[in-house]
Amino acid sequence: MSTLLEIEGLEVTFGRTAAVRGASFRVERGETHCLVGESGCGKSVSALAVMSLLARGGQRSAKKMSFAGTDLTSLSDREMARIRGNRMAMIFQEPMTSLNPAFTIGSQMAEVMTRHKGGSRAAALDRAAELMARVGITAPGMRLGQFPHQLSGGLRQRVMIAMALMCDPELLIADEPTTALDVTVQAQILRLLAGLKRELGLSILLITHDLGIVARVADHVSVMYAGEVVERAPTAELFRAPQHPYTRGLLSCVPVPGRVQRDRPLGSIPGVVPAIGAGFAGCAFRSRCGHADETCTRAIPRRQAGDAHDYLCRLEPDWAEPQPA
Amino acid sequence: MTAAIEVQNLRCEFRVRTGVMSQEKRVIAVDNVTFSVPAGSVLGVVGESGCGKSTLARLILGLLKPTAGTVLVDGRSLFDLDRKARARLIQPVFQDPFASLNPRRRIKDIVALPLAAQGTFSRGEIERRVGGILERVGLSAAMGERMPAQLSGGQRQRAAIARALVLEPRIVICDEPTSALDVSVQAQILNLLADLRRDLGLTYLFISHNLAVVEHVASEVAVMYLGRFVERNETDALFRTPRHPYTKALLESVLTPEPGKGVPDIGLGDTMPDPSNIPPGCRFNPRCRIAVERCRHETPTPMVRPPAGMVECHLA
Repeated sequence: MSTLLEIEGLEVTFGRTAAVRGASFRVERGETHCLVGESGCGKSVSALAVMSLLARGGQRSAKKMSFAGTDLTSLSDREMARIRGNRMAMIFQEPMTSLNPAFTIGSQMAEVMTRHKGGSRAAALDRAAELMARVGITAPGMRLGQFPHQLSGGLRQRVMIAMALMCDPELLIADEPTTALDVTVQAQILRLLAGLKRELGLSILLITHDLGIVARVADHVSVMYAGEVVERAPTAELFRAPQHPYTRGLLSCVPVPGRVQRDRPLGSIPGVVPAIGAGFAGCAFRSRCGHADETCTRAIPRRQAGDAHDYLCRLEPDWAEPQPA
Repeated sequence: MTAAIEVQNLRCEFRVRTGVMSQEKRVIAVDNVTFSVPAGSVLGVVGESGCGKSTLARLILGLLKPTAGTVLVDGRSLFDLDRKARARLIQPVFQDPFASLNPRRRIKDIVALPLAAQGTFSRGEIERRVGGILERVGLSAAMGERMPAQLSGGQRQRAAIARALVLEPRIVICDEPTSALDVSVQAQILNLLADLRRDLGLTYLFISHNLAVVEHVASEVAVMYLGRFVERNETDALFRTPRHPYTKALLESVLTPEPGKGVPDIGLGDTMPDPSNIPPGCRFNPRCRIAVERCRHETPTPMVRPPAGMVECHLA
């Protein structure tokens, strides 16, 4: 398997706030890589940094940002614009805000194609109809003439996915693509993404806060906390033998249907994510961690727990049996 | 046990116009629903968006007048009570703690407002009660001095719960109280709500689209589809032996953190339910995997299935 996207030591700051602090992760070709974490952990900002779509005031630097052999840090805005939407495409949580309400679905989809690949509008519309059928939209011909507000949330997200596929991208970045949808529709959209990965060999960087989604669709996982990737592992291994106290805490918070003990409280992580300012050192989780001691205020080693499994903590691997899920 | 909430043949219709020239449409948000919630228990209500669960909450809170039917809270109709008496009896906790707290007031003033509005509490009494309830929900006195924008999502939801409980109501309507929160914070808030219910003897109507959350907090669960309860049962029984095909599909669609299982095909199809156009026969039939001819013509009636529980399906 070869690496499609490799990010090392990514830093993003907004003024004095550090949103991403040295995050490293890699997406292999043909796999789904999940960035998981809670709000404010920097997972969306990391993806936007890869796409060079940071909001004004955002400063990006990285030791390495390589996409299919191209060094992304060296590209000009123009060169990046040629890759974005073409070789890497992105879909967002709320499809209504990412579609232009004033244009039809068809014209928005066709524009992606004619802009990056040229060709006639008619050919672009044909491709749009073909992809809409591929993502499970019935009567695509009629849908092309409709406006975004005429579609349900699930349909809009399918349109966004079809639009992202217009130029046959190698990488699809999906930022919480099902968070605004009902659970029933969520399952359908995730099945669709899994099918596209399989049939088109698409690589997917999926950003989510939902460990249920991670377990079901990811090949590899990076857990983010306060701007850092605190644990990386193949999916099955992360759930079988989580090492970082934050990962363990997060797993114990998820109520699992059928295994609920109503008289027992759910696991929870006490406290809140600290504000990280300039000069912050040591482990960002120490204020909420039951295992923290004074050494956690110093530099934290990245420890190896398996071939592709590492984590950021002073504790040795397997310091305790993981709690039963 | 007396019923804390008693709902009989409750119906709520809206008339909507989708365009200037289009005909007025009738949207039936709640369609002839009957149920009761025993004092001290938790009824969880689950369903997809648009199924009428939030309309049901507003009807029970007395914020909406029903088209037909009755709601009795603690044996009384809310429309016979004045606003102050109503506020002492039943209180809401809503989904979005960013929208439900006045951004320009301090937390302790927001929590004190229900007491002040009663007009019968002295200033010292108000201060004592606000201090007590803030401590009970896990907010320090220093937090009380802050503005909502200075609090995290979980802390704001704690403040919203404090405001709901400061008048010591008997019943709390929780409408998606943890949906806007992160999982680690969601667990904190669910544990807090469970503790408060036990310690204060509260009754909850708990609305959520998250089945795992409902299973954790509810003693009984109702599954709502296009304005009706299509299945209702004790929580364990409903999760162990779901009877309605819709309940089964909802349960299958929950993605448990079990790697390797993949995403299930729940087979509900692409037609989304439209409350302005309820299909004849069983309202679930266009999305049902096992529907037969009878389901397209004949409306199922609620059937009691031993030992407990109710289901509306010809085939269950």
